[in-house]
Amino acid sequence: MSALLDVDQLLDKLEAGLRNLLEERGIKSPVLIGIRTGGVWVADIIGKRLGIEEPFGELDISFYRDDFSRIGLNPKVTPSSLPFDTEDRDIILIDDVIMSGRTIRAAMNELFDYGRPASIILATLIDLGARELPIQPDVAGQSLTLDATQRIKLRGPDPLRIEIQAAEQ
Amino acid sequence: MTANAASPNHLQLTRDGQLRHFLTLDGLNRELLTDILDTADSFIEVGERSIKKVPLLRGRTVVNLFFEASTRTRSTFELAAKRLSADVLNLDINTSATSKGESLSDTLLNLEAMASDMFVVRHAQSGAPHFIAESVTPGVAIINAGDGRHAHPTQAMLDMLTIRQHKGRFEGLKVAIVGDILHSRVARSQIRALNELGAEQIRVIAPGTLLPKDVESLGCTVEYDMAKGMKDLDVVIMLRLQKERMEGALLPSEREFYRLYGLSQEKLALAHPECIVMHPGPINRGVEIESSVADGPQSVILNQVTNGIAIRMAVMSMAMGGQMAERQQKLNEMNERGLA
Repeated sequence: MSALLDVDQLLDKLEAGLRNLLEERGIKSPVLIGIRTGGVWVADIIGKRLGIEEPFGELDISFYRDDFSRIGLNPKVTPSSLPFDTEDRDIILIDDVIMSGRTIRAAMNELFDYGRPASIILATLIDLGARELPIQPDVAGQSLTLDATQRIKLRGPDPLRIEIQAAEQ
Repeated sequence: MTANAASPNHLQLTRDGQLRHFLTLDGLNRELLTDILDTADSFIEVGERSIKKVPLLRGRTVVNLFFEASTRTRSTFELAAKRLSADVLNLDINTSATSKGESLSDTLLNLEAMASDMFVVRHAQSGAPHFIAESVTPGVAIINAGDGRHAHPTQAMLDMLTIRQHKGRFEGLKVAIVGDILHSRVARSQIRALNELGAEQIRVIAPGTLLPKDVESLGCTVEYDMAKGMKDLDVVIMLRLQKERMEGALLPSEREFYRLYGLSQEKLALAHPECIVMHPGPINRGVEIESSVADGPQSVILNQVTNGIAIRMAVMSMAMGGQMAERQQKLNEMNERGLA
């Protein structure tokens, strides 16, 4: 059993929220960074919608995860790629889903090893709550609460689909 | 190759197939070797950042335990450990405790008492890292940085990384290893890696006196005539003539060796025009390789050094990760039993 969320509606909301925020903060030329894998797909779409021509960056946070001492290294790590200098730039950091907040902590630690950005805005397609760290998205497409038997799955990149599945036994 | 290498994997892999020591390439399959290369690719990117460090081994202690001299290998292991944020202790045992009569086991016990998490071991005796892995406290990862004539797995893997960077693949490649195969732990590990990763042809080119017995059983063909051996090569790996290991008259003279097996411009011209030239270093210019070839456009010798740091970061973080995952798993199992 799986239910579908309307991705376009979430992207619309994310785009509108980002436009407002950029306007409000007077940010003229932001750069986008997506967190692999889902965040990269969302960053690609949002970049086009916002008319950002500069290519977006991709972060693989495997070397910064806080569960290395419990599960070891992710064997499928791929190189991060930031095709621009982050120093003094306004960054929009994008992920598909935020839950515990641990991924975002890892991503921000990694970002600061590239330089000192002017600012970071956090945008996620979905906010599942259940936070374990004091990290909140500035813009989210939708907030959702799943019950214990449900999982969320983003499929993509084209078309982008979000499925809510019953957890595998 | 050695008796205890027949099934090394009970020692170097966890139950889930993660690396927990890195002793030999024997028994490691293509998927794991490819994971090591892929992980190293990500560490190459880290080496290009403004801050070239990741926090994976923060708070861990890595001991470089070198019973045999080495500059390049030791310094790249040291740099690799530091870029993983580990604390590093360099011990040159030749000039240290053993010369005062302390036994290997006592040295190890002392290092364990300093709460070390990883030993990087180089030893003149084949099998020494295996012995250490079997005898130290569980939880300490052992990385082989070269043991006797047996293996030098991180060197072989950094060579594989260099080949993949330049050729993009292993399938269909013709690779030759030239020179002192007899004394070379590097050659043994390279042949093993090239076979597992699917190279088409692996040739060893050397005089009979510098070849081990039954060298073909390692999975390669033998060529005594370098001109023939160079034909159509995609990769040529020159080995250093290990003068300090030469016992007796294995060679007429260095000059004669260079004439027959040294890599000159003329001999290189017999290979594929895009053939890359590799050498694990340190190079003896004019003994196994002409200076202009070592510095020439087909040489990737300095890339090998850079790749050495990334490969060592990869195996160190994978082995440490495997050790920690295993420890966590055992804790979980104990907790479950306690609750049951």
